[in-house]
Amino acid sequence: MEFSELIRTGRAQAELLRGPEAPPLRGTLCVTSHHLLLSPGTEASPDLWLLLLRSVDSIEKRVAGDSGTITLRCKDLRVLQLDIEGVEATLDIARSIEGLRLGDAWHFHPPERYYQRVARETNAWRLSEVNEDFSLCPSYPRALIVPRSVDDHALARSAGFRQGGRFPVLSYHHAPNGTALLRSSQPLTGPQKRRCAEDEELLRAVLVGARPGARGFIIDTRSAQAAKQARMTGGGTEAKAAYPGWKRLHRPLERGRPLQESFVRLVEACGDLEQSMDRWLSRLEGCRWLEHVKEALSTACLAAQGMEREGACILVHGAEGTDSTLLVTSLAQLILDPLSRTMDGFQELVEREWIQAGHPFQLRCAHSAFSHARPKHEAPTFLLFLDCVWQLGRQFPLSLEFGEGLLLALFEHAYASPFGSFLCNSEKERGLCEVRTRTHSLWSGLNQPKEQRKLRNPLYALNPLAIWPSVEPQSLRLWQGLFLRWTRPPEPSETAWEKVWQIVTDSEKTEGSA
Amino acid sequence: MEHIRTPKVENVRLADRVTSKKAVVGTLYLTATHVIFVENGPDTRKETWILHSQISTIEKQATTATGCPLLIRCKNFQILQLIIPQERDCHDVYISLIRLARPVKYEELYCFSFNPKLDKEEREQGWMLVDLGEEYKRMGLPNDYWQLSDVNRDYRVCDSYPTELYVPKSATAHIILGSSKFRSRRRFPALSYYYKDNHASICRSSQPLSGFSARCLEDEQMLQAIRKANPGSDFIYVVDTRPKLNAMANRAAGKGYENEDNYSNIKFQFIGIENIHVMRNSLQKMLEVCELKSPSMSDFLWGLENSGWLRHIKAIMDAGIFIAKAVSEEGASVLVHCSDGWDRTAQVCSVASLLLDPHYRTLKGFMVLIEKDWISFGHKFNHRYGILDGDPKEISPVIDQFIECVWQLMERFPCAFEFNERFLIHIQHHIYSCQFGNFLCNSQKERQELQIQERTYSLWAHLWKNRADYLNPLFRADHSQTQGILHLPTTPCNSMYKFWNGMYNRFEKGMQPRQSVTEYLMAVKEETQQLEEELEALEERLEKIQKVQLNHTKVKSKQNEPSKHSGFSTSDNSTANTPQDYSGNMKSFPSRSPSQGDEDSALILTQDNLKSSDPDLSANSDQESGVEDLSCRSPSGGEHAPSEDSGKDRDSDEAVFLTA
Repeated sequence: MEFSELIRTGRAQAELLRGPEAPPLRGTLCVTSHHLLLSPGTEASPDLWLLLLRSVDSIEKRVAGDSGTITLRCKDLRVLQLDIEGVEATLDIARSIEGLRLGDAWHFHPPERYYQRVARETNAWRLSEVNEDFSLCPSYPRALIVPRSVDDHALARSAGFRQGGRFPVLSYHHAPNGTALLRSSQPLTGPQKRRCAEDEELLRAVLVGARPGARGFIIDTRSAQAAKQARMTGGGTEAKAAYPGWKRLHRPLERGRPLQESFVRLVEACGDLEQSMDRWLSRLEGCRWLEHVKEALSTACLAAQGMEREGACILVHGAEGTDSTLLVTSLAQLILDPLSRTMDGFQELVEREWIQAGHPFQLRCAHSAFSHARPKHEAPTFLLFLDCVWQLGRQFPLSLEFGEGLLLALFEHAYASPFGSFLCNSEKERGLCEVRTRTHSLWSGLNQPKEQRKLRNPLYALNPLAIWPSVEPQSLRLWQGLFLRWTRPPEPSETAWEKVWQIVTDSEKTEGSA
Repeated sequence: MEHIRTPKVENVRLADRVTSKKAVVGTLYLTATHVIFVENGPDTRKETWILHSQISTIEKQATTATGCPLLIRCKNFQILQLIIPQERDCHDVYISLIRLARPVKYEELYCFSFNPKLDKEEREQGWMLVDLGEEYKRMGLPNDYWQLSDVNRDYRVCDSYPTELYVPKSATAHIILGSSKFRSRRRFPALSYYYKDNHASICRSSQPLSGFSARCLEDEQMLQAIRKANPGSDFIYVVDTRPKLNAMANRAAGKGYENEDNYSNIKFQFIGIENIHVMRNSLQKMLEVCELKSPSMSDFLWGLENSGWLRHIKAIMDAGIFIAKAVSEEGASVLVHCSDGWDRTAQVCSVASLLLDPHYRTLKGFMVLIEKDWISFGHKFNHRYGILDGDPKEISPVIDQFIECVWQLMERFPCAFEFNERFLIHIQHHIYSCQFGNFLCNSQKERQELQIQERTYSLWAHLWKNRADYLNPLFRADHSQTQGILHLPTTPCNSMYKFWNGMYNRFEKGMQPRQSVTEYLMAVKEETQQLEEELEALEERLEKIQKVQLNHTKVKSKQNEPSKHSGFSTSDNSTANTPQDYSGNMKSFPSRSPSQGDEDSALILTQDNLKSSDPDLSANSDQESGVEDLSCRSPSGGEHAPSEDSGKDRDSDEAVFLTA
């Protein structure tokens, strides 16, 4: 359950009584995920009044006439009384506080939450619960964002036409120009070049919803040849004639076993301390890892560029749509969307575009680089994503609110975690395993105040622009923090990180006192 | 200037080599000291200034329908592709530049006309900033074991050595003279660094003239004297930085290396750093890789490996590490030499000193280090960096490699150095720029004859004056990391050696990180300091006011200053940045290429607004283009020190430019 779900009402007019000695405060009362805020009107009182919801020990509500009273007894033994205008408001606020103060709610970001944001930006999309029982697509979450003009029946038909039922859904709405990023799996055209009217209609609706005359690009993460070959096994790719306005591009990305082997070879090379300098670079080249980083980033940039510069809608898919597809859509968002570069926004992105989008973590991260077991479904797609994010952070060190620490933590937790977030392969499985009732959420674990210094980037300042990375080989580097983590002495970089924090906190302190 | 055939060519296009952006049209000027390209833009008259002394090669390419391309490669790794409409103009420019880029006498160099408007006294003080006498004192010399020798007074013994040298007390003039006759170019063993914690020292010399069997009693006594000057150890290391094969080949020419049987208590060691010719070719190969147009990851990594560059850097570093360990851990003194003892020896001695002594990791200390191991000990700047027209086979990036070693260390120890990357880049630039007199000539003696100190300015003073630009905000003077020796892991860590994008591709803005942590932190620090000062002032005032006992104090008026975090919290347009061509060769977005749309051109303009070149050094501009001048946004308000100099330079250049 998401905290913001628990907030019933945004705000209400209220008077706060803080005991016999303090004067009452009047103003607008506001509940956020963690705090109760009272902001005084234009009157003289200077400051915002703030209460951490966790400090509420007990809550009591009374209603009389058209107003109500809430009494809060706090863990620090304070007793506060809130007189609130409106019965409904009083009850809602009381319920919100009640729900939030426990704070142990399973912290996650459902599609509903992202939909709220999209709905504020445009009317072209709706939230469909057609997959409520996971019958349409076992790897999708219950709720999905789809073009408003397409009904659930059509969605079902489109799902039938896509591998694993992964019909095209909204991944990201680019508010500045109304373009959309979608993802799906491959269409099941097969050798007979089948078509599906509803699927075609769905993509047409996407273009119409964006703006009249909008165009689209389908980025297929397989080579043209591989896409063609897929027809033999029932898959395939969108026929040009069937999807007017859409143009197909092939950007082959490595996946599956070759990607896993690349990872294994890289870890081996990094761990080989006997290696001579003469051959190090060719060995690094032989691992091909950096090449995969370059390709993934370039493809994401291509998608982002298509949206931002060409005003086009983008659909991304490969075969199953659960690996390289997610790599591209999530990176493209990071490039375009400043919100996804915040601490919360990035966690939401990982939750939405990886966990709920059905990246099969259980299968992909069953073994890491050292396992002797024959790899079956393992592939470090998520790690490749984290590496690309690290490269972005290196090129734009002030634009991401999180630091390398968070990326390392996500890597660790994806492979082995005391938290439940990365368990299972899909929402459906997580439901069956009762992950949300039987485990804790990684996000609440990471968002503990004591973790912040490790995870946050103190240099962050909101950068409202798209961040276009350089994908030239000269600009991409081996992620030493991860691949050499245990072979290089950690002190120098830790000292540097401490120093950065110190400079920034010093500056804040001085400003506070000045 | 008689060498300028045509001072001005119009409608020249400056092509952007990396991005597919359209070439900009402008006017090309040739002056006595610079090539200047001024864009025709309606309001942005962006200027690109190239010093003649920076020009490495000029290449006239095949004429096309649009004009005659001229490719200029610079020693600071800038590459300019100009397209000149008329073949004849192109030829004139080409011929003029060929001559201008290769001065035949020192007086033609920029430093003799460069005038930063300092008076005589200031200039003299500038030259006194780095004082080697002081430096040897700091090391703890003279002492019971080492003394200043005047044996080389008036360069009587060795003309490529300085006059003031430290030698063991027990080494008499007779021994020194004898030893000098047994060493190439009479470069006898002399002190480079003294480690006062345990009396071990690093000495340097050239190779002995041992041939296959020759001996020299005085030379053997000299080495013994060095050993005796370190009572803590009963042997010294003799490190020959050459590959064994090279050293052996030298024996046929009557040179060679020390025979362990002839010298008592020495441990002889080869290190295997390649010679200047190998290094020159290696750099050449690496630069070819840097010049590739959108290379694949494989092209790049293979090319980089085949160039061997990082392998050579590692070899130099390993030698430095070996010596630093011998001195600090074994307490043994080390004598270092190569062939002539002025290239590899300089590299290795200075890397070892840098590892051993935190002083050399400060701004001032680093200048001293270069002054000591490079300038005073006769590194042949003129020959190595092609300052005057000469034998191209003498040119080699010897000090460039040392500078890169320092950068590699900075990457590994981000808090250990007082200076930042820009400091290194600017030093590299000025070694070639000839704007200051420090790096002229091949020896101290030549510089003295040329009266460098009377006729030119010192780079050190210039850098010191602008030191605020060169500080590393992460430097922790208090930290254990910065106090003693830099401890490098004993395991070979190849993966630690990185390609220095910030140096070799520094003019390819698109490839550099778009935001700079250093800049940001410096701005934050500056703001903090200012606020602290303000706070202090306010507190003082408060005290006064309280004393006067005024009723209403409005001291806190400053509190709600709107400028809170003004500098950084909104980094808004600072990261304006255009996407590169991600679509590769695919005709993916056929309608319009990313550089044609309206909004795109707007963005391109903003990027070009950031001036990217500058007469002097493109000092700040080259660093800041990604993040638009953060330093200027600190509450100190606008103008920031660094632009000052370039401004001045521009003035003086302007004069030259007009007269030309």
